Amino acid sequence: MTAPLIELRDVTRRYDDGPPALRELSLTVRPGESVAILGPSGSGKSTLLNLIAGLDRPSTGTVTVDGVAVDKLGEAASARYRRARIGLVFQFFNLLDDLTVADNVMLPAQLAGMARAAAQRRATELLTVLGVDRHAAAYPGRLSGGERQRVAVARALMNRPALLLADEPTGALDTAAGVEVQRLLTELHADGQTIVLVTHDLALAENCATRTVQLRDGRVAADTTAPVR
Amino acid sequence: MSTLGRAVRAGAGRHRVQTVVITMVVLIAVTSAVLGGSLLVASRAPFDRAFGQQQGAHLTAQFGPAATVAQLTSSAGAAGISAAAGPFPTTQVSTLGPGGRPRPPMTVVGRSAPDGPVDQVTLTAGRWATAPGELVLAEDSRFRGPPVKIGTVWTVADPPGSPAVTVVGIARSVSRTADAWVTPEQVTAWTGERGPAGYQMLYRLTVADTAAQVEAARAAIAATVPAGALTGAVSWLVTRQDAVGQAALLVPFLIAFGVLGVVMAVLIIGNVIAGAVSTGTRRIGILKALGFTPAQVVRAYLGQALMPAVAGAVLGVVAGNLLTVPVLAQTNRLYGTSDNGVTLWVDALVAGGALVVVTLTAWAAAARAGRLRSVDAIAVGRTPRPGRGQWASRLTGRIPVPRPMSLGLAHPFARPLRSGGIVAAIAFGTAAVTFAVGLATSLSLIQEAEDLADVQVVPRMEAPGPGAGGPGREPMPNGPGPLTDPAGVVAAITAQAGTGGYVGQARTEVTVAGITGSLTTVALTGTDGARYYRMVSGSWLTGPGQIVVSTPFLTAAGKEVGDTVVLTDHGTDLTARIVGEVFNTDDKGMQILTDLATLRPAEPGLSPEIFLVSVRPGTDAATYASGLETALRSLGAAAVPVEHGTDELVLIIDTLTALLSVMLVVVAGLGVLNVVVLDTRERVHDLGVHKALGMTPRQTTTMVISSVLVTGLIGGAIGAAVGVALQRAVLGAMGGSAGFTLPASIVDVYSPTELLLFGLGGLVIAVGGALLPAGWAAGTRTVTALRTE
Repeated sequence: MTAPLIELRDVTRRYDDGPPALRELSLTVRPGESVAILGPSGSGKSTLLNLIAGLDRPSTGTVTVDGVAVDKLGEAASARYRRARIGLVFQFFNLLDDLTVADNVMLPAQLAGMARAAAQRRATELLTVLGVDRHAAAYPGRLSGGERQRVAVARALMNRPALLLADEPTGALDTAAGVEVQRLLTELHADGQTIVLVTHDLALAENCATRTVQLRDGRVAADTTAPVR
Repeated sequence: MSTLGRAVRAGAGRHRVQTVVITMVVLIAVTSAVLGGSLLVASRAPFDRAFGQQQGAHLTAQFGPAATVAQLTSSAGAAGISAAAGPFPTTQVSTLGPGGRPRPPMTVVGRSAPDGPVDQVTLTAGRWATAPGELVLAEDSRFRGPPVKIGTVWTVADPPGSPAVTVVGIARSVSRTADAWVTPEQVTAWTGERGPAGYQMLYRLTVADTAAQVEAARAAIAATVPAGALTGAVSWLVTRQDAVGQAALLVPFLIAFGVLGVVMAVLIIGNVIAGAVSTGTRRIGILKALGFTPAQVVRAYLGQALMPAVAGAVLGVVAGNLLTVPVLAQTNRLYGTSDNGVTLWVDALVAGGALVVVTLTAWAAAARAGRLRSVDAIAVGRTPRPGRGQWASRLTGRIPVPRPMSLGLAHPFARPLRSGGIVAAIAFGTAAVTFAVGLATSLSLIQEAEDLADVQVVPRMEAPGPGAGGPGREPMPNGPGPLTDPAGVVAAITAQAGTGGYVGQARTEVTVAGITGSLTTVALTGTDGARYYRMVSGSWLTGPGQIVVSTPFLTAAGKEVGDTVVLTDHGTDLTARIVGEVFNTDDKGMQILTDLATLRPAEPGLSPEIFLVSVRPGTDAATYASGLETALRSLGAAAVPVEHGTDELVLIIDTLTALLSVMLVVVAGLGVLNVVVLDTRERVHDLGVHKALGMTPRQTTTMVISSVLVTGLIGGAIGAAVGVALQRAVLGAMGGSAGFTLPASIVDVYSPTELLLFGLGGLVIAVGGALLPAGWAAGTRTVTALRTE
């Protein structure tokens, strides 16, 4: 059996005096898996994603991703970790309005020090694969929701991350665009991309994920390898 | 607390940086304005105030032995006299300096007390002379050696037995009635059987506004004593002209700085409050949505701006007065006045003015927000409008610099108006420093122009004269007569090792066709007269038949460089060509400089009475003078080293320059800080995205700092250019008001390197102001930033 790509052990995350967002949660994800994190609002889905992305730190417990002890990283190391190993897709795309589509996609590579020409080649390649290359010189504001999310996925894949994290990737899209993104994620997983996605969208989980993890009150309520039906 | 009050307090608390910036900017603006205003008031006609405080003498009269003490006492009843003091016995004495060299002679007056109805001398150190053997030295006496300490014992050269005298006090007489004071008995003891050289009477006149009024009083006094008994009289108008000429330099300097400070304060306060309104508009929209009326919204916002402004104004008044006191201590020393610097109406005017500016600016901005519909107000100002600055992002993305830097470089173009505010703040800060440094340098050069010689060679024997007090280029204004062996002196100077150059000066009076009255002409001989004067245009003297003059002469004569004038010297007409214009303030700029040979046909016996000597670099002037003294002793001449101490006025200007520049730079930095904080806050979500994509804290800092580089460079360049233009304009105005054209060597004080550094100073201000928000941006947690709306 291959070593886990993600390993959370007894992770608890508390905010101020409120109840813990995550309670002694343990979870492993192996390379090539596509895991959907499901659960009601406040169950700890986004907190879990933030901990894996190194955007947040656990109060107790450990988070290891691709051999990196994420919970031990400082701000700078955490940023380097993200740009090297993680691709992030947000519900509201989080594209930068004052940069062109191409510049948005190139940004993670350029932050990692890749030369502009090389970054441009990679961005063109991704935008072509994702079918939005004709918008390369446009600004995100002129794109439809589905197109923007495709651009966001392209940006997430720019540095060939070991792990793609998606937080409600279809949450801000209409049905047609949602299906479009769903198909895209399925294709990516079929190509071997490890994906962890947080969603309320059961259809998305059903079609994209090979495994679902149900969270309730910060704990794993269910962990099934069969897609939710 | 009312709902409105809670809204105000919550608003101020929520925008802590803006609250602090408004407090600091108002504090610094008020401090600067109180300092400038108080000094401006204190420096306004400082001579007149000092003259009033000391009951200065409108007329200082010197009488010969022909007048009796009774006659002099009764002269106080002459027409036009309101008060009189004296008669005080006077004499001329020289004390011996190091190596037994006689110092320049001093006019010593015998006075039993410093006070009286006229010329209430101010003791600045020690006490008044109460017994023989004690002397009080005037601070502005002709003694130009190192500072004299109380208790210094001098040997008096002239009286038999070389008696000793102890300096027991230092005092100032704004009327400059003496170089030193002793008891009347001491004068008698020094003069012995021949009696005092004369008596001094000090008069205050009922009217003394014009030279004619003073002259009428002088004539009335002369009529009360035997003919010829009044040997000399110095009008206060002459003394004032001499003193005010120097003090006048301070006034345009302060006016320029005051204007710069006020304009900058208005700009920064306006910028800060407009920025605060910009970020507060959404909150105002929410308040309106909750039921606040437009008037309540305006009042809430005014309160939010005024609360820190009042605190800043109060602190600024306190700080301004605290700073004024030590600076005024120097002006008090300079003019012998006793101002404490606290001027209540200035405090009230400045604090009130600052609050009015804050109120008007905040009201204008809040009124705009008050007129907005709630729904628009809630939506306003959150992100740059689409399309703004995108071209810049596209352009900077192609610059071969690290991506965080190119991202930052594009930021100013997304908010052009706000960036314009930063540019203006930086430009003002840079202009202030450039202007201040340039003006201070120029003023120092003007002061130095009077002090260019290292050593003076003067006759060893002196003749007494009335009203001889007061420092000047020449140590003996009324002159002891020419040197007995000028050729020998020249030989001694040229033979002395370390001589850099010299010029001999002889003074005479000539008349010039078209100009009323006689003009002092300085006839020069020697190798390098040009060294001691700064040329404005034309060239220096190259031989006889040429003259060099100042702007006032050219204006009065209606001549230009290259024209010919006729000088009438002792009835002989001499034709001379004006070959150059020089910056020379002596004799109000009406002095004529020429080669000694020019005047020889009219005055064959004219010969130098003083030599100015420059030593070679590396030569110690005191050692040189000591060596030259030995060679000159047999020639009846003495060598006196010139002290190149920093002028007190220059010290004051330098102090103010440093203080006001630092203040204005801090204000500029705060302006940048405020705008960058606003900008960073508005971009905090984008910041979160950048961080989520892998931007490290260092890269974040680079991005924020880079966002002010362009504005810093532009502001610095504009500021340096404005500073230079301002320096030229103010100097030109100063020179113009005094009737002088300033030479390029005094005006052009900026080297290309300095200009570059001043320009880059804008960058320093920008980066300095952006450091704090950059650190804040770098430290912001990614999750928090991403959650921000």
